[in-house]
Amino acid sequence: MTLLRVTGLRTEFRAAGGWHPAVDGIDFVLREGEILGLVGESGCGKSTVANSLMRLLPGTARICGGTAQFGEDDLLALDEARLRTLRGRAIGMIFQDPMTALDPVFRVGHQIEETLKQHLGLAPDAARTRAVDLLRSVGIPAPAERLRAWPHQLSGGMRQRVALAIAICCNPRLLIADEPTTALDVTIQAQVLELIRTLLVAERGAGVLLITHDLGVVARVCDRVAVMYAGRIVETGAVTDVFGAPRHPYTRALLRAAPTAEAPRGHLPTIPGRVPGLAARPPGCTFGPRCAHAKTICAGPDAAAPIPLGPDREVACVRHAAI
Amino acid sequence: MSVMPRSDSDIILRADNLSRNFDVPGGLFDRLRGIRRILKAVDGVDLAIRRGEIFAIVGETGSGKSTLARLLLRLLAPTGGTLEFTGEDAGPKGTAADLRFRRRAQVVFQDPYSALDPRMRVGAQIREPLDIHRVGPRSGRDALVLSLLDRVGLGPEQADAYPADLSGGQRQRVSIALALAPGPEIIVADEPTSALDLSVQAQVLNLLSDLQRDDDLTIVFITHDLGVVRHFCDRVAVMYLGRIVEQAPTATLFASPGHPYTQALFAAIPDHDPTRRAPWPVPIGDPPSPLSPPTGCAFHLRCPAAMARCATKAPALRPVADGRAVACHLFDTPSPPSPAKG
Repeated sequence: MTLLRVTGLRTEFRAAGGWHPAVDGIDFVLREGEILGLVGESGCGKSTVANSLMRLLPGTARICGGTAQFGEDDLLALDEARLRTLRGRAIGMIFQDPMTALDPVFRVGHQIEETLKQHLGLAPDAARTRAVDLLRSVGIPAPAERLRAWPHQLSGGMRQRVALAIAICCNPRLLIADEPTTALDVTIQAQVLELIRTLLVAERGAGVLLITHDLGVVARVCDRVAVMYAGRIVETGAVTDVFGAPRHPYTRALLRAAPTAEAPRGHLPTIPGRVPGLAARPPGCTFGPRCAHAKTICAGPDAAAPIPLGPDREVACVRHAAI
Repeated sequence: MSVMPRSDSDIILRADNLSRNFDVPGGLFDRLRGIRRILKAVDGVDLAIRRGEIFAIVGETGSGKSTLARLLLRLLAPTGGTLEFTGEDAGPKGTAADLRFRRRAQVVFQDPYSALDPRMRVGAQIREPLDIHRVGPRSGRDALVLSLLDRVGLGPEQADAYPADLSGGQRQRVSIALALAPGPEIIVADEPTSALDLSVQAQVLNLLSDLQRDDDLTIVFITHDLGVVRHFCDRVAVMYLGRIVEQAPTATLFASPGHPYTQALFAAIPDHDPTRRAPWPVPIGDPPSPLSPPTGCAFHLRCPAAMARCATKAPALRPVADGRAVACHLFDTPSPPSPAKG
């Protein structure tokens, strides 16, 4: 079942005296019980997608097109009051730095209980019991004592687990996770990702939009993946298909640049040039100037239109059949 | 006890029982009661780094790997143990021997933005170490700046740029040019690519590997990224809570991690092949606080193979075979078990 359908999302930032699209008309679908990875390098617009959906954009940004259908609601058109009832309840959020989600001047227990009282109308005693259960479920030892801890007394991994407990405390149907494990060590990252998959996806059938730059994380936990470059999705599909047989030149180059077990020792293939700035995006395919396969046609108007390759599989490359 | 024989003449940098403690200021209560809290950031490390190799030091947050890097560079004084560079003890700070050491050993940090002066043009920054170490005749140094820029893949026009004008990858190239300027024999690089995107990381790794090959540089590479280690480094030391728990040639270590911590660390790294989703064994709990490390082996509380003696006796780092050394009681027995296949 489709949980979230994003169509034509376009978000602009003010830069260099004008408005420029950081997200330039993207479409994707997230289903119940799946983890969709949104992957790309710095500046590709992946976090702007998350912040647009949550309507948490800074004043220098504006959403200027598209819809994001979530059940009955278009997240991009909702009024603030309805948005507040969805955020934290039907939609959970978790960010890279857990300190941005936790209030430093309140004890951990208070923050979880407050969310439960606010959204679910629980009585204080019930909220406390539920908070203890939640902390236990995210793997925090001695949860009853930890309720009295301040955020600064916890390690980074513990904080992220508390943030996850708050994000899932109202049984959200959708979790938006923006680089949730980037600040964590790999052993802790493994624990947090496993929690997201078991607690949220396997047990409750929620959908997760996982935003990351880490191809290993995508390969490990995501069902499907959308690869972003310079404001657009260049390729989507099942993770096994995209990693096994990437069709877009950017996806191929990115996968090859990763130092992995299989990559032979010696020089890693690199991508020439750099990601174009917001105000300097080339016409046609934005990857064209850096692409080894680019031809004149790649600067044309339809060069980067998504082309379906099969169910759930799209590539935005006009020359995909020739390369 | 050193793991490597002392006679190796190709050892460029040797650490013996190297330690560094930090006093952690406690609260008022602790101070009134005279309680001192000591953090053993690096706790008796033995290392022998060979000339021309790329040696990786890996570990998670709080393992002491960055403190060890600063000790190796003499940016930080050890509280115990000795450090030898090309067979000689470097003299105290400010002596001629110390200045010689600083010319021959250089550093590259993780964040090139904080390593560079934002108000100084790139060319002038690269010129500074040339002047300090009196590299070549003064008249030739401007040309040297341009050749250093060229060496790291930047054009002469970048000499006039400020760090803010450059991308992250270009800034890291400038940091590397700065490190190369005095003509060092060894570079200690502390997470040099962790702040960079994948495609840029590949460029910087390629550059470092060219420098190692062409200039016979020795590189000590501090990282938490095991993909980078496997691709790029000759030997690896794995740190946990201030100690080296395992050391081996890269191929040996990745073929069969010996220490239970190394195994847990390797198992936690997501494979880039989605068709190989092995069950994800996760170590139980968080790393202990370095302020109150467990007794015995620091890993025993999280170790699936812990035995009674692990709680009381800290295992020493001992050579086993194939250039591998492990600090684990599992390897104590007269016929050590073969390390589990990773």
